Formats: sequence, structure tokens, C-alpha cells
Amino acid sequence: MAGLSLLDWALDGVLALLLLWLAWRTLSTPALFRAVVLFIAFGLVLALVWARLYAVDVALAEMAIGAGVTGALLLAALARLEPPIGRGRAADDGEGDGT
Amino acid sequence: MSAQRATPRHGGGGVQAPAGAARPVPADTALPRAARVLLALVLLAVFGGLALAVLALAQPAPGLAAAVAGRIDDSGVSHPVTAVLLNFRGYDTLLELVVLVLALVGTWSVGRARGCAGNAPGPLLRQLPRLLAPLMVLVAGYLLWAGAHAPGGAFQAGSLLGGVGILLCLSGQPLPGWAQALVLRLAVVLGVAVFAALGAAAALLPGGAPLDWPPAQAKTLILTIELAAMLSIGVVLAALFAGGRP
Repeated sequence: MAGLSLLDWALDGVLALLLLWLAWRTLSTPALFRAVVLFIAFGLVLALVWARLYAVDVALAEMAIGAGVTGALLLAALARLEPPIGRGRAADDGEGDGT
Repeated sequence: MSAQRATPRHGGGGVQAPAGAARPVPADTALPRAARVLLALVLLAVFGGLALAVLALAQPAPGLAAAVAGRIDDSGVSHPVTAVLLNFRGYDTLLELVVLVLALVGTWSVGRARGCAGNAPGPLLRQLPRLLAPLMVLVAGYLLWAGAHAPGGAFQAGSLLGGVGILLCLSGQPLPGWAQALVLRLAVVLGVAVFAALGAAAALLPGGAPLDWPPAQAKTLILTIELAAMLSIGVVLAALFAGGRP
């Protein structure tokens, strides 16, 4: 029991620190394409956190809408910026979207 | 110029806006030191606050869970989240659907869609949707059905459908002609229309109130509403991605 709870703590701690690190990278990077990709990664890890908090409904919604659709919308908006700024160009965005 | 656009985007995509806002940095260099320190402090503050909040969670959790559990048999579904979303707090969900439609109206009022960001699909992107799209539609249907007794429901299923639309849009599949104008607009408002019409009809029953489903028909009504809402959410999200009126 103690071992399991230690594992729980380790897992939650890693998830929380990963979330903090991803938030830092997302907000501090000047390359917008990278920021959007990091934001999607942030959303996926956040979905895992919601699942760990027994909020599976929120986790599903976060993964589908928060990470997936919002990420796609951000990439689409990035592709339409003129002039293209950050390191992501329109062509790269399309490739990143599809995979 | 580019920097001014760059910084709000960071804030909009992430957790907090204030750090590093409106600092003129070239697009491809790092933020200035002061902005980075401020950003790190804000992030650490949020992190610490959230950690304290999680560690200080009351046991057992306060809230209306017991009240929901007590009335779950009247709701027509056995999953408490769906019961709350579609039955006990139906107004909230109805207004969420309205918000989605309004967001699309706002997007459409800005300009016309220009295809999917001028994307030229590669061979993988041209073929993959043929494989993935039917599977995603199937999973969306499962999520909708499972929402009655397990995590799932209209929003998750609808966003999967939206993903199908985004995938088809990116792979260069054109909308069929019949789906361009009227059918698209009908699909956008279908969820709100069905939800509101059934909610108003419930008020006409003897002893009924708006959005107050009679327990005997609740499951059928909720499934009907969720089906319409799922279609609308999927179409709205895909249309938001296409960005602009057709």
C-alpha cells in the first residue's frame, strides 16, 4: 500500500513538474510554431492530470477540445499570419497539422 | 511589429498573459531577462497556488454530488456528469451550444474561407483520412452512446467529428455541393434548435417546466439532444477551422 502511494506521488509529481516546464517553454519561446506545438503537448499532459484527478470527462474534453481542436485552430491562425512570424512557415504548419 | 504580435499570442495560448507582454523582441531571439524572470515568477506562483489547493482539498469533497446521486434515477441516464449536463443543469449546456454558434457567426462575419490555409496535402494526408475518418465517426458514435453510463458525451463526440472535418479539410477533400449553403447552416443551428424546441415542449406538458424532462422519456430526449448537439458541435468546430463563411 505504501509502495503504491509512493508510486502515485512520484507519478503526480512528475506530471505536475512536466506541466510547469511545458508552460514555461510554451510562454517563453519566441518561435510561435514551437509555442503552439508545446501548447498542444501541454494540453495532452493536462488531460493526463485530469484523469489522475478522477475527472475523466474533463480529461476527454481537454484532450479533444483543449489540445486537439484548439491546437489545430492555433496552427490555422498561425498559417494565416502575414508576414509569417516565428520560425513556423505556412507550409510547415500544414505538415504539422496532418500528422 | 512582429514582436508585438508575438507576445500576445504566447499569452493567449498559455496560462497567463501579463508576463512579457508588449516587450519589443525580435521574433527569433529569446525574451529579455526581466520578462523571463517575471514569467518564471508568475508560473511558479500559479504552480504553488495550485499545489497548495490540491493538497488542501477537503475530504470528503463538498458539493452537490450527493444531491445528484439521490436524483440520478429521475435523470434518464446513469452517469452523473451527463445527468447534470443534459438534465439538471440543461440551461448551461444549451447556452454553451449558443456560444459555439455565436463564435462561428463572428468568424463568418470576418471574411470568406480560403480553403485550409493553402495546404497542399502530401500522399499520406491524401490517403490517411480514407482510413481514419470512418473509424473516428464510429468512435464518436460510441462516445455519444457511452455518455449515458460512462465518461463521454456530446462535446467529446462532437469534437471528434470536428476532427474528422479538419482532417478532410486538410486532405483537400471538397465539401459536396449540397452541403455548401443551406445544409451547412442548418447543421450549425441543429443542436440549439432541437435542444430549445424540446425544452420548450417540456414546458407545455402538464406540470412541466422548460428543460424539465419527464423521467419516463428522459433517456430518449437526452439522446436526441446529444445526437443533434454532437452534429452541430462537429460542424461548428470544423467550420471554425476552415475560418470564414463558405
